[in-house]
Amino acid sequence: MGILEVKGINKRFGGLQALGDVNLSVAENTVHAIIGPNGAGKSTLLNVLVGKLIPDSGSVMFDGQSVLGRKPHEINQMGISRVFQTPEIFSDLSVFENVLIPCFAKRDGSFRMHAIESVFSEKAIHQQAEEILADVNMLEKRHMIASSLSRGDKRRLEMAMCLVQDPRLLLLDEPTAGMARADTENTINLLKEIRTKRGITMAIIEHDMNVVFSLAERITVLAQGTPLVEDTPDNIKGHPKVREAYLGEAQV
Amino acid sequence: MDQIILQILNGLDKGSAYALIALGLTLIFGTLGVVNFAHGALFMMGSFVAVTVSKLLTLSHKVVDETRTDFLGNPLQVDVPYIYDWFGEAAGNVMIDWAVPISILFAIPIMIGIGFAMERGLIKHFYKRPHADQILVTFGLAIVLQEVIKYFYGANPIPTPAPEAFTGSFDFGVAFGFDPNAIIYPYWRLVYFFFSVVVIGAVFAFLQFTTFGMVVRAGMADRETVGLLGIDIDKRFTIMFGIAAAVAGLAGVMYTPILSPNYHMGMDFLVLSFVVVVVGGMGSLPGAVLAGFLLGVLESFASMPWVIDIAPGINQIIIYLVAIIILLTRPRGLMGRKGVMED
Amino acid sequence: MLGLEKKDFRLMLIVVVLTLLAPFILNPFPEGSELAQFNAGYPDLMQRFVIFGILAIGFNILFGLTGYLSFGHAAFLGVGSYAAVWMFKLLSMNIVPAILLSVVIAGLFSLVIGFVSLRRSGIYFSILTLAFAQMSYALAYSVLTPLTGGETGLQPKASDVRLFDGALEAGENATPSLFGLAMRDTYEMSVGSWVFTFNFGYYVAAVMMILAFYISIRIFRSPFGMMLRAIKSNQTRMSYTGLNSKPYTLAAFVISGMYAGLAGGLLVAMDPQAGAERMFWTASGEIVLMTILGGAGTLIGPVLGAGFIKYFENIVSKINKATLEQWFYWMPDGIEDVMIAIVYPFVGKGWHLTLGLLFMLVVIFLPGGLVQGGQKIAAIFRRKKSSDAKDGATTPAE
Repeated sequence: MGILEVKGINKRFGGLQALGDVNLSVAENTVHAIIGPNGAGKSTLLNVLVGKLIPDSGSVMFDGQSVLGRKPHEINQMGISRVFQTPEIFSDLSVFENVLIPCFAKRDGSFRMHAIESVFSEKAIHQQAEEILADVNMLEKRHMIASSLSRGDKRRLEMAMCLVQDPRLLLLDEPTAGMARADTENTINLLKEIRTKRGITMAIIEHDMNVVFSLAERITVLAQGTPLVEDTPDNIKGHPKVREAYLGEAQV
Repeated sequence: MDQIILQILNGLDKGSAYALIALGLTLIFGTLGVVNFAHGALFMMGSFVAVTVSKLLTLSHKVVDETRTDFLGNPLQVDVPYIYDWFGEAAGNVMIDWAVPISILFAIPIMIGIGFAMERGLIKHFYKRPHADQILVTFGLAIVLQEVIKYFYGANPIPTPAPEAFTGSFDFGVAFGFDPNAIIYPYWRLVYFFFSVVVIGAVFAFLQFTTFGMVVRAGMADRETVGLLGIDIDKRFTIMFGIAAAVAGLAGVMYTPILSPNYHMGMDFLVLSFVVVVVGGMGSLPGAVLAGFLLGVLESFASMPWVIDIAPGINQIIIYLVAIIILLTRPRGLMGRKGVMED
Repeated sequence: MLGLEKKDFRLMLIVVVLTLLAPFILNPFPEGSELAQFNAGYPDLMQRFVIFGILAIGFNILFGLTGYLSFGHAAFLGVGSYAAVWMFKLLSMNIVPAILLSVVIAGLFSLVIGFVSLRRSGIYFSILTLAFAQMSYALAYSVLTPLTGGETGLQPKASDVRLFDGALEAGENATPSLFGLAMRDTYEMSVGSWVFTFNFGYYVAAVMMILAFYISIRIFRSPFGMMLRAIKSNQTRMSYTGLNSKPYTLAAFVISGMYAGLAGGLLVAMDPQAGAERMFWTASGEIVLMTILGGAGTLIGPVLGAGFIKYFENIVSKINKATLEQWFYWMPDGIEDVMIAIVYPFVGKGWHLTLGLLFMLVVIFLPGGLVQGGQKIAAIFRRKKSSDAKDGATTPAE
């Protein structure tokens, strides 16, 4: 029984079957990659997982509780964090504040009227935020306004914002999309580091095979909205069906 | 039954004004993505074009009339409009009488010019700024425009009558087989309604049947793609702004016999027109027109004595009430498109 | 100090000193001199400075922090005013119940309006609040006349119940007071040819503003304030961080509504009458302008903006042709006439024209308001200084 259990998900957009009978099980403490050619339904699936889309049928259980019909903030409070394709950060705020906010959200829940006490008096939360910034090597940048960061740093910041909440499941939506080679390497290393240090369960949607094979422990291949195969990276590499649906396309 | 027809008719002229203003607002929303709080001021300025024209037509010089004397026996000085000198007295009188319709000829180029100046001089610089900034700067512009008008024309309403031929009323009742005097409707309001239908029709035809209009409609749907095709969409949008200004101006010109122009009429109509746009659906031209007439008629029904007896004050708030209900139940309005102004 | 960081405490101290010494500071010119027309140290105007300061501080908590542009904030001011007059009529001329009720009623009213309006954001939110405010205005003018006095407005009358004070005696005027001290009590101090006026009502309002300012600093520096800024910055990330932005914005809306109610109550405490025109949408626009002009999202900005606008409204609208002739008398005749002709439309009754232009200029050139302008100027000077001392050690900007 995985921490995330997706059963029989169907989703149609008009005449288009975006997801057809998707079953997926992400085991605790693994990195599970979901790959597939363009239009395979990866993003749709992800949007279902975070509560942005409601499927026509099927169930999504996280740690024994249904996720469906809940709002994104409720799903986050259950322990699922999400990293976006283009980093979603609070760009008008300082790096430090960017990390403080998820700390408060983790401690106080989705709303608390703490309007009179000062942010500065929250020593424990400050320490937490400083630790995570040190972890992603951004401590010295903590007073910078987030919008002035480089693309790579924005990605690290977003990662820090997710990690500081100690999520039980981290969803990554093409974390290296549009990145230069060096940045991609850095991101892979960062994720590996997180993996070894914190042992967080990750579900990663990715296009870049290099990223997938250097991180994933299990891989699900989606094609035309249905899972084709699910196996270990080594087996996936040699799988004929996958070659046909996906890798073959890349070799052309 | 006659009461219902009467209220529908009563609502039509106000509804026409709402529809015309809302149409222009929507054109600007849809094409430029700008929330124009100064649009009511354009309506108001149209009215003042009519005021100005009728003033200019009666511009006079003093002439000594030898045939008449005042009570002291001196020759009497009378004011003679210049146009008497140019066109003769009879033609001159007709022109003065028809000042409001004549103003249309002047209003179109003037309003288009004002629209161009506004877009090129100010609005252009706000495309990339937040909506709040757009609202604020056009709000400031609206204040400036209305104060300028107030400075030159004073604070009091200036009556500008319709041509003599239209001052009477039409007895609808007889035409539809009701009692005489059951449905009395002033001719000018009827003229206004037909005029607005023609203008609305012209705008739609322009958008529907010309290549220019086709590009603009494509641009409203997806600005980026049209831009990628190498079509200079910006220039067309400027022209659309001019057209929107002209539509608002014409609505104002023709409205002068119904409501004597004053400097703050723009603001009064603007708030309601915004509501109309929201009810119709932001970015939907047919929605704006439909909602304009609908709310105009609704407002007039709410003013019926027995309605006010049941719900006092309902005529004052009906439009807002409808808007609030629509926004909450059908967030995109009656005919709104997805993704317009939703960030 | 007082739970404030050093920098904020210093700012707070400056505001306290300036408001308490305002009767001196605002009357720099001796009585009877030509410049006396620029004095602002009389009770009526000083009261408006601080009361509209409160209004702008409150509006800033909503607009400055969350970015939600309410175009109907004057409604809360109006509701607060009506509530206060009713307390005068029903209970007593003591301002304590009046102000308490105005804050509570405005709070409840904003809770209802906020709950509905905040279901939409962006331009829709602005239009919804505008529609609600115009609706309140229309109602106050017509159907609700028994509650609001309609066109004539609401004021204490001889027939009032006045549970604690008893009925007014013939010829007695109802004067608002605080436990027996009348708001209009004024002490004049003459020093040479200077006259300084100390008005009790002003000091009551000033203390309220200082309190309001203090609370706003605390809110700005609190986790709650940080969340509000996060809402303005990125709502998507907000919800994916497990935060529900709706109660946060609603709380901000209600708080700023209560500030507006307080301002409305204080207006009535200074001058016991209320009218529907206080709720008109141009009044809402003026609140927005004050906040933007000073600097939305900054602590001190709204106070500066409110003071600036109320001062110039007062001074500029008093200038007439004779004043202009006095100003330009030293010029050659022709040029003098031209100057007067140019300036005249903008002064006196033309104040609104100046206001509109100011509005546009600020939004176009100085979206951050006076505070940003000040910072820009300060930065220019600092750059000059640092380029003078190029060899000195550079310290990181903090």
